[in-house]
Amino acid sequence: MDYFWTFLIGGVICLIGQILIDTTKLTPPRILVIFVVAGALFTGLGLYQPLVELGKNGATVPLPGFGYLLAKGAMDAVREDGFMGALTGGIKNSAAGIAAAITFGYIVALIFTPKSIR
Amino acid sequence: MFSNEKAKSYEQYVSQFTPKPKYFYNAVKAFVIGGLICMAAYYVQSILIEKGMGKGDAGTIVTILLICTAQLLTGFGWFDSIAKFAGGGVIVPITGFANSMVSPAMEFKKEGLVLGAGSKLFTIAGPVLVWGISTSVVIGIIYWLLTK
Repeated sequence: MDYFWTFLIGGVICLIGQILIDTTKLTPPRILVIFVVAGALFTGLGLYQPLVELGKNGATVPLPGFGYLLAKGAMDAVREDGFMGALTGGIKNSAAGIAAAITFGYIVALIFTPKSIR
Repeated sequence: MFSNEKAKSYEQYVSQFTPKPKYFYNAVKAFVIGGLICMAAYYVQSILIEKGMGKGDAGTIVTILLICTAQLLTGFGWFDSIAKFAGGGVIVPITGFANSMVSPAMEFKKEGLVLGAGSKLFTIAGPVLVWGISTSVVIGIIYWLLTK
């Protein structure tokens, strides 16, 4: 059953993205920004946590999950450290992913050369 | 008057040949492939947890695996072909974010290691991080005001 909800929720979030790509003039970078901000806002309003509990990776792997990680980190850190937590929590909670993406991405970009599209 | 009619008939003539976006087909592809990626992530995460890893760590490792896979595929030049087929199915998951870092960096590395590859890594990731992190700080401050 967990697999079903993971598939369904992950699929629906990607479906919304595809509909935005097809029916609006939004470019993919704007869509990425909208998804991350939406994920953070829904988390702030307490609406995303239930989705994560039900859909597991279906809710955390798509980009709103990145927003969720940031907002949840900020809120958890505020609870522990007070005001400073608002500044440190978000990045702390997503640091591993960001650091890996930057380091590995840079290495890959240096090793490979772009292929011409056939 | 005459030219207006002519323009209209030309528009009709052209629309016969303009391909209509296959909304339904694209949506189904994005749904299925996006769902499968999330399911695969859940599967790997379950295995890691079964082997005794903490839930938080397992989630982080899975995210990193997805990022590295997408970036390697981008390096080999395969990600674009996959994205052409799957659309939102691979752009909306974290794989799309990972791809958006490597592909401009690779393209512009001939402009140098610092201002070429180094800065172009953030062409798309930059705005995403700016908006995401700023939103999280604002949410944190509001949360602090509400709970102190």
